[in-house]
Amino acid sequence: MMSERNINLLTLSLFVMIPVWAYMADEPFTITLMTRAAIFALAAVGLNLILGIGGFVSFGHAAFFGLGGYVMGILAWHAQNYSPLLEWPLLIEGTNSMPVIWLLSIILSALLALVIGAVSLKTSGVYFIMITLAFAQMMYYFSVSWSAYGGEDGMSIYVRNEFPGLNTLDPIQFYFLCLMLLLASLWLVSSLIKSPFGLALNAARQSPQRVQAVGLDIHRLQLFAFVVSGAITGLAGALFADLNRFVSPNMFSWQLSGEFIVFIIIGGVGRLFGPVVGALVFVGLEHFLGGISDFWHIYLGVILLLIVLFSKSGLIGLIAKKGGHHD
Amino acid sequence: MKSLLNVSVGIITAAFLTMGSASADIKVGMITTLSGGGAGLGIDVRDGFMLAIKQSGRSDINVVIEDDQRKPDVAVKLADKMIQSEKVDVLTGIIWSNLAMAVVPSATAQGKFYLSPNAGPSVLAGKGCHENYFNVAWQNDNIHEAAGAYADGAGYKKTFILAPNYPAGKDALVGFKRYFKGQIAGEIYTKLGQTDYAAEIAQIRAAGADSVFFFLPGGMGIAFLKQYSGSGVDLPIVGPAFSFDQGILQAVGEAALGVVNTSQWNKDLDNPTNAAFVKSFKAEYGRLPSLYASQGFDTANLLISAVAKADVNNTDAFRAALKSADFDSTRGDFSFSSNHHPIQSIYAREVIKEGDIYTNKTISVALENHSNFYTQDCKM
Amino acid sequence: MSFVLIVEQILNGLQLGVTLFLMSAGLTLIFGVMGLINLAHGSLYMVGAFAAAAVAGAFGSFILALIAALAAAAIAGAIVEISILRRLYRRDHLDQVLATFALILIFSEGTRWVFGSFPLYLDIPNYLQGPVMLPGGIQYPLYRITLIILGVLVAIFLGLLISKTRIGIKIRAGENDREMIAALGVDISKLYTMVFALGAALAGLAGALVGAIQSVEVGMGEPVLILAFVVIVIGGIGSIKGAMVGSILVGLTDTLGGVFLPKILQLFIDISTATNVGSSIASMAIYILMGAILIWRPTGLYGSRL
Repeated sequence: MMSERNINLLTLSLFVMIPVWAYMADEPFTITLMTRAAIFALAAVGLNLILGIGGFVSFGHAAFFGLGGYVMGILAWHAQNYSPLLEWPLLIEGTNSMPVIWLLSIILSALLALVIGAVSLKTSGVYFIMITLAFAQMMYYFSVSWSAYGGEDGMSIYVRNEFPGLNTLDPIQFYFLCLMLLLASLWLVSSLIKSPFGLALNAARQSPQRVQAVGLDIHRLQLFAFVVSGAITGLAGALFADLNRFVSPNMFSWQLSGEFIVFIIIGGVGRLFGPVVGALVFVGLEHFLGGISDFWHIYLGVILLLIVLFSKSGLIGLIAKKGGHHD
Repeated sequence: MKSLLNVSVGIITAAFLTMGSASADIKVGMITTLSGGGAGLGIDVRDGFMLAIKQSGRSDINVVIEDDQRKPDVAVKLADKMIQSEKVDVLTGIIWSNLAMAVVPSATAQGKFYLSPNAGPSVLAGKGCHENYFNVAWQNDNIHEAAGAYADGAGYKKTFILAPNYPAGKDALVGFKRYFKGQIAGEIYTKLGQTDYAAEIAQIRAAGADSVFFFLPGGMGIAFLKQYSGSGVDLPIVGPAFSFDQGILQAVGEAALGVVNTSQWNKDLDNPTNAAFVKSFKAEYGRLPSLYASQGFDTANLLISAVAKADVNNTDAFRAALKSADFDSTRGDFSFSSNHHPIQSIYAREVIKEGDIYTNKTISVALENHSNFYTQDCKM
Repeated sequence: MSFVLIVEQILNGLQLGVTLFLMSAGLTLIFGVMGLINLAHGSLYMVGAFAAAAVAGAFGSFILALIAALAAAAIAGAIVEISILRRLYRRDHLDQVLATFALILIFSEGTRWVFGSFPLYLDIPNYLQGPVMLPGGIQYPLYRITLIILGVLVAIFLGLLISKTRIGIKIRAGENDREMIAALGVDISKLYTMVFALGAALAGLAGALVGAIQSVEVGMGEPVLILAFVVIVIGGIGSIKGAMVGSILVGLTDTLGGVFLPKILQLFIDISTATNVGSSIASMAIYILMGAILIWRPTGLYGSRL
């Protein structure tokens, strides 16, 4: 048996070794696949903050993922066509600089999360699941019918956006850019968890009354967690759009929100590396099972079922065999 | 914009040229929908395509097939896989416009050929056209334009039109109106994926129209037709082939009987290629071919004709070979317009019952040797 | 806009509501009694529709087809409950979401494996074909009238079942206190299987009834599933009465929003923009409704207070 810490290290080393090997062996597609896993992991790390630590199951995180995607798509589209985004009251031009796009994705996703969170966090349990889903569905239908930016066809951005000093078209360079952001978000989340804020949030999930008794405003704690969570997922959306050089309403779909949850459960709820392990395993399964037969979804379903039935706290829990640190 | 595009295309091409295919064989990547609700279309395209490859007897054409699950991001991932790891020369297979929009621009920018066996979004025909993109099916508007022309010829004066609220739906209504000169009694955009049309049918009933045109692909069309036939509204319907094709028709059943729909192909088109295709498809797979199967079959034959003429690594020669469209199409006369979309006749056909099976009979030519509206926008 | 058209659209909204009720009644029962979030409920709807299409194709009888739909969905539900889901009642909602998500994958592709990739044929029987004249000169499809009546009958049946029968007492007891009911000597696992099969059968019935006027295809259950969830959240989870009210509200909002929003907007802006914007807002209408209700009442209209 391995300790959770060792599993985390192993996961990290996989995220470094596999792409390096792929680079040496000239297997660029493996790098693309790992980039996909890293971005999904980033999105799920965001979700895990409110879901795992905060105890609120958001079934609508695709709203932020898609928003990040559209921020990238719209800015890059305007830059590509040399048409300003806004001429009045002030001139706003499009851009294809990644840092600017990231920053805007984070800010706008945080704002959206503030609105959605302010409304949704008044409910809990299944009601919370459904109201977050409702918001994501609104975004979905809105984007489908918003013909200025492609409607359901989405938008193609022919070239990946730029990052100072890097050639982002080179798969390995773009991959490590994504990996750095994933690591940064892991660091952020882990220090948040250890901070007084994180401890209070964790305590609020287990016993709201006690936290309230100490005089903390639970609602504000949770709202803050939700905003950070949405912002991280929004950033992941911007990266995902850049990976595919394409955005479409599909990035708002409820299936995607569901997949984020699935990543977390596969890996282990509330564990720092749960979403990372889950995303890696899921992307791997999708890739390898897809070749087996036309009906490969059946195999995927069976494997997911086995994971739920036989591991109470995700794959990490199954391997670490010492139970989750939260139940 | 153009200069920026050219520069970037240059960069991408340079990045990928280093891994051009090594052997003289040609490798084809097919990305199509093989699972979930829309799988029937992808399976037909695949089967038609592979039938042509098999009949050609060529062993130097390798086809890799992958399932896109009808998700744009999966299609992009598969295109990356095909290009980066399988190192294909030609891509094909995508059914849906939104998936094509996700894959085609970047694939052609990377120097790959793309042969579309089904989707033909207007962007790829106009401003976003590309010399390596060939559409072997139709430009999205075509079938609807023919429906407009047919409705006009049939003497309809006041038509009610409806389509889902998404780009292909808007293209459909625009296409129809382009060739229909009568009055529009009402125009509705329905929700994408909607399955209940009672509200729309009530509006049709109240609109005082003399005919109905609808574009509702897949299950949406089945639902609409069944509900329409039970509603007591008996205005004649005109629609594109998609809701009346071989695969879907059996599920619509009697409700479709007698409906006129427009298509560039039908199994009774009188040419030897088509007769042989229908016969061999039935023998091979035990079912009648659909529109999509014919498109897959034609796409493969176009490819085979080009392979016979030129080496795929000689890009210019191969492109010219594709452009000449020197193959026997199941549709009879076939050539490419300046923006690499078909110039072909589009027929009006009527749904009939042959024994126990619902199928179509060609009744007239709706548009003869029809090209597309976007050639002027394409600077190639 | 004529009076007749308005009445007709209200009927359409009611009919949609009634079919949603068949779906959401089972969903809300299963949640109320077992505490299970069943994402695979839409798959049972699909199973019902496919079973009906297969039997109608083989024997040509619509009644037999409906019975087959009920039976097939109930059996599929019972098998899934016994083999998998009963292990998950004590787990948290997340595990249930993942497991039933996995079941959707298995059901969908399994169905496609058995029945092929093309939609199946299922039509309404001759005796229910065509329109009828309602008072006031309203022409309305007989089949849809039948659906509304059938839905109301099922609602009455469920109401009686829960308030008047022994099973109903057990179900209500199960909703209130799971430990106590076991202490009373009720075979709880049998009760659970029964409730699940009942919910599944209702979903299967809905699938068959709706399949006759829509298309019987893989994936048909998922949009309905989302709508059914919206319904039970609006109504309050676990409440049959809430499911009834929620279904009607969602049915009316969805139908009337789609028709009248574009018309109303046309008064202010030009027709094509109005059509566009109107249909966009209409497609979001039920979610806006749900959001508004949850802000007002965080546990739905008839849900138990937190």
